[in-house]
Amino acid sequence: MRRYFARKLLVYVLTFVFAVTVNWMIPRFMPGDPVSAMISRARVSQPEAVEAMRAYYNELFGFDRPVWEQYLHFWGSLLQGDFGLSIWVFPQPVSSVILGALPYTLALMVPAVLLSWFVGNWLGALAARRKVLDNTVLPAGYLLTAMPYMWIAVLLAWLLGAKAGWFPVSGGYSLDIQPTWTWHFFTDALHHWVLPFLSLFLVALGGWAIGMRNMIIYELEADHSSYLSALGAPQRLIRRYAFRNAVLPQITGLALQLGVLVAGALVTEIVFNYPGLGSLILAAIQNRDFFLLQGTFLFIVIGVLIANFIIDLVYVVVDPRTRTGMAGGR
Amino acid sequence: MTLTVDDLRVHYRTLRGDVRALDGVSFTVADGEILGLVGESGCGKTTLGKSLIRMDGRMRHIGGTVTLDGDDVPVGDDRAMNAFRFHRISLVPQYSMSALNPTRRIGRMVRELLASRGVSVDTGELHRRLALVGLGPEVLERYPIELSGGMKQRTVMVISTLLDPSLLVADEVTSALDVSNQKAVAHALVGLRDRGLVTSMVFITHDLALTSHIADTVMVMYAGRLAEKAPAGVLTTAPRHPYTRRLLAALPEAGVRRSQGRLSGIEGSPPSLLSPPAGCRFRDRCPLADDRCAEQPPVVEVAPRHHVACWKA
Ligand SMILES: Nc1ncnc2c1ncn2[C@@H]1O[C@H](COP(=O)(O)OP(=O)(O)OP(=O)(O)O)[C@@H](O)[C@H]1O
Ligand code: SF4
Ligand SMILES: [Mg+2]
Repeated sequence: MRRYFARKLLVYVLTFVFAVTVNWMIPRFMPGDPVSAMISRARVSQPEAVEAMRAYYNELFGFDRPVWEQYLHFWGSLLQGDFGLSIWVFPQPVSSVILGALPYTLALMVPAVLLSWFVGNWLGALAARRKVLDNTVLPAGYLLTAMPYMWIAVLLAWLLGAKAGWFPVSGGYSLDIQPTWTWHFFTDALHHWVLPFLSLFLVALGGWAIGMRNMIIYELEADHSSYLSALGAPQRLIRRYAFRNAVLPQITGLALQLGVLVAGALVTEIVFNYPGLGSLILAAIQNRDFFLLQGTFLFIVIGVLIANFIIDLVYVVVDPRTRTGMAGGR
Repeated sequence: MTLTVDDLRVHYRTLRGDVRALDGVSFTVADGEILGLVGESGCGKTTLGKSLIRMDGRMRHIGGTVTLDGDDVPVGDDRAMNAFRFHRISLVPQYSMSALNPTRRIGRMVRELLASRGVSVDTGELHRRLALVGLGPEVLERYPIELSGGMKQRTVMVISTLLDPSLLVADEVTSALDVSNQKAVAHALVGLRDRGLVTSMVFITHDLALTSHIADTVMVMYAGRLAEKAPAGVLTTAPRHPYTRRLLAALPEAGVRRSQGRLSGIEGSPPSLLSPPAGCRFRDRCPLADDRCAEQPPVVEVAPRHHVACWKA
């Protein structure tokens, strides 16, 4: 058990180190002088500000020092949570810009991913049992999964936002209020949250429902189900076993889909101009804010790695086979 | 008389029409008798076994009756059959290697299965039964993947016979095993009968040599019908049906490895069961066939307990 997790952890740490290293290498091996390039792109006009930025970035990259020292220095500041200063909103630190956007992305992604997984599995399991439901869930599911995130987001914005006028189609909260810990802000943010959440939720839902339905039908036709039937076990028991077995690949599926879901969330945020990491990436690209882009990517990598690790943990808890395998089996 | 099967007809519904996998089969199995059922692949052995306990969705009971210990067995009625399953008729399936749910410990699966049938587990008895087939009680704490193929096979045997059924259908229980495991499993089955844990048994196999060792009576099927049925000694020494003779001739001499004794050494192949030809179904491959064979030969008792379906027997 411990060795299993030690091995998993090692893989995650290596992935992280790799991602950081790639992130570190990109500006250094790009042709030209990254500092001047960045400053000229930042469209700052006052000469003092330009000088301050140049001094800051030269110090930060440390081009006068040997490469290994630059690399270690990069890690040092990273571990202190120092991602540099943003150019887009200079001189705010990148880390605080990201921390400001992170809650919005989390508030969007976590419920959308978890709810679509639970509701999808539940619908799929029901569909596997009832013909009528199956005839509706299956086509609807295929339709939903086939839709690109962008598409369903635009569709919802048009239908429920522009046409019906039920929900705002842009921003994380109304322009005339500031984020505060008040009930007023909370309801306003919730109102803005509905559409981006729905579009994420719906696309993912279809996939889980279809996956679960197919897995259950497969399990019900598997030999161990036939054996139980031959011995006269009631359908209830057979379905319980089938459901449990069918959930396992769905958990693995969640881990595999995580990257797709994150990408979907980022695109959805951009469509709805939702102030999360996705919009941050767009802003960083538009403003050539290299540090912000770098910081956001690292954050996303860390987030996906953590989520994967949690899924690994859950899988070990629910699949007895991995547990016995780890205990040395036999 | 334990089991009586009378003119049983079971077809598979397919898009291309009905496959007449079981086309009028009659036989009896007495108390304490082990009936060995042999025949080429596709002749309907599994179909017969499944018909006696649980037909799958594509099987249709077309006609015929089954009686067990004087009670009518409603083979075509899935719900009514439940009362018989496990308690009175049980199955060691052809797919024993994958018959156990991979994500449940075996002991827990057995407990839940028994509870669902309204029976409580007698742990001591369960351990005793496992010991009979050479398994320790720790098997119950294992997951199926932790067992070898032979162990899974024997575990399924123990589970299937826990309620002391009148009839056990054992389908190809030895096919997936090596020779030493085959012997062990076959002897374990005979042991179950000898201890009275199962009253009688239908032992399905490809392996005519093996079945003649453990069965009291051997029944040879051909293309969905009975060809010949006789006490094991008689069938192997004095077969009357041309098909049985060919099967025996295809067997290697004693001492030659048994795996070569599979029923494959006969040229030609059985007719399609989608639209089988009229008359004797062995006619295409039979050296003795003549005009009379265009008519279906009836099953005749040519000697006591020796039944043959052939005009020339
Ligand atoms: N689900 C099915 N649908 C259609 N035809 C089937 C189906 N299952 C079996 N059959 C046909 O029924 C016939 C008898 O099959 P069965 O499985 O009983 O043969 P068997 O004697 O058990 O063969 P084996 O020795 O290979 O196990 C075969 O011709 C087969 O093609
Ligand atoms: S009935 Fe005719 S064809 Fe059939 S086995 Fe006998 S001799 Fe051969
Ligand atoms: Mg078979």
